[in-house]
Amino acid sequence: MINKDLVIIGGGPAGMSAAIAAYESGISDILIIERDSHLGGILQQCIHNGFGLHKFKEELTGPEYAYKLECKVNELNIPHILDTMVLEVSPEKVVTATNEKDGIFKIQAKAVILAMGCRERSKGALNIAGERPAGIYSAGTAQKFVNMKGYLPGKKVVILGSGDIGLIMARRMTLEGAKVEAVCELMPYSGGLARNIEQCLNDFNIPLKLSHTVVEIEGKERVTGVKIAKVDENRCPIPETIEYIPCDTLLLSVGLIPENELSKDAGVALSRITSGAVVDQNRQTSVEGIFACGNVLHVHDLADFVSDEAEIAGIAAAEYIRGNISNETEINLKTDGKVRYTVPQKITAYTDTTVYFRVSDVFRNVKVVVKNGDKVLFEKKKQKVAPGEMETVKITKDMLENVNELKIGLEVL
Amino acid sequence: MIRNMTCIVCPMGCTLEVTLDENGKFVSVAGNTCKRGEVYANNECTNPVRTLTSSVRCDNGEMLSVKTSEAVPKEKLFECMEEINKIIAKTPVTAGDCILKNICNTNVDVIATRSI
Ligand SMILES: Cc1cc2nc3c(=O)[nH]c(=O)nc-3n(C[C@H](O)[C@H](O)[C@H](O)COP(=O)(O)OP(=O)(O)OC[C@H]3O[C@@H](n4cnc5c(N)ncnc54)[C@H](O)[C@@H]3O)c2cc1C
Ligand code: SF4
Repeated sequence: MINKDLVIIGGGPAGMSAAIAAYESGISDILIIERDSHLGGILQQCIHNGFGLHKFKEELTGPEYAYKLECKVNELNIPHILDTMVLEVSPEKVVTATNEKDGIFKIQAKAVILAMGCRERSKGALNIAGERPAGIYSAGTAQKFVNMKGYLPGKKVVILGSGDIGLIMARRMTLEGAKVEAVCELMPYSGGLARNIEQCLNDFNIPLKLSHTVVEIEGKERVTGVKIAKVDENRCPIPETIEYIPCDTLLLSVGLIPENELSKDAGVALSRITSGAVVDQNRQTSVEGIFACGNVLHVHDLADFVSDEAEIAGIAAAEYIRGNISNETEINLKTDGKVRYTVPQKITAYTDTTVYFRVSDVFRNVKVVVKNGDKVLFEKKKQKVAPGEMETVKITKDMLENVNELKIGLEVL
Repeated sequence: MIRNMTCIVCPMGCTLEVTLDENGKFVSVAGNTCKRGEVYANNECTNPVRTLTSSVRCDNGEMLSVKTSEAVPKEKLFECMEEINKIIAKTPVTAGDCILKNICNTNVDVIATRSI
């Protein structure tokens, strides 16, 4: 068996950023394992700009963001193997992987960082009536076709779901000559960033139909059209509002889900809400020495935040390997439902911690409140919060004295 | 006259309320969090521009992602796409290489965003 200090699974922005941070904190016996034939992860197909404003202070496209990290990985000579799939991670941190050249092999690691990213949900398509003709794609698959293979999957398109990938693809297919008839969103608000609604839909007069869904897909061999309808407050379609839109393609952009099959094998406890691991401020999971970061931990909207989180995990893994991490306390972070989840979910050391969180609905004029029982420790006003945008709140060291639980919630003013 | 818009310069996506005079000329803006929002609002009311990203075929069959080196006038986006779709890029390419000079007389180049 091969021995390594640190094995990182996944060579996307999370894996690369974690590797760079661990290296810079003094650990050089690292191996990044990536199943694809190049580093960069999902960013290679995200050819649009909007990346890197926080991290590199310039506006980059996905491939450029990935390239910057890749150059750094190469400059530091951080070992990585491509075309290699990790099959299993054990609680003892034995990583089993396979590739064509070496067959199946095992590595004993002192610490492991999970950075496998996420995949697209396909659920949205299941409960729509009608046949399953050709012409139904997830937005990310369509993105791969258009950007990586140079092939336009359809000419007349309806998009279900207004997440960022769906919005980006509405613009992309329009520019390539397709007509996007409508973007339907089940919720009364969009899950995508406001700037993407402006530059991807409004720029091209593509209608965004909020509180709408696809109720039927028509066509035998190929999609010939879809029926859409408005939904009531309980998200049930209203029959009188059904309208028919002829089209040859239906794109589904109904969300992403962390890819955690490996984490389950390793015995890592997962959160029902994020579908990712439960972690502390170091991004350490319930299994000592196994860390998680990026989209495998919770779905991010910005690659920049992925890198920030990965650096925390990278530095912590290096400290762990040196034996410098111990649990001084265990303070659970609870939420009130309006705040849907936090990452981290617990704090195990008396240190300042930035807590990332998402809300469950659109709220205006609210206060973010951190409480210990009934005692308010911190509050800040926000004009607007929405499920599509990740928020942060800083928990300082002095808030942690003599508490075993903190509650993070919203109060509508 | 008042025009509402969303600033697209950064992911904050501030809602802007732009005041225009009777000739449609920019007077002032409210709702922006930073100075870049004001510059954006002014441009948007005089000469709206967008960075264009796309991908082009290479001589080895692979697809290469590209972008305009600066933003181009919004009304020229489709014209630029026609030019971009005619390109066959010569490999090897390094990220940052110029693939097409002065696209559609905009004084803006098309550059590679990855290496092949
Ligand atoms: C379609 C799309 C559009 C986006 N648009 C934007 C945007 O406009 N701006 C922005 O800032 N962010 C955007 N994002 C978000 C950003 O790209 C992601 O948050 C970021 O790429 C996540 O990084 P990651 O490293 O966690 O995951 P990924 O980039 O998905 O990387 C995970 C890597 O792990 C590898 N892997 C998985 N399982 C295994 C295994 N078992 N063995 C070996 N390797 C494995 C995968 O091959 C992959 O390379 C977008 C995301 C998507 C999906
Ligand atoms: S005004 Fe400033 S902060 Fe607001 S979206 Fe524009 S650039 Fe971002």
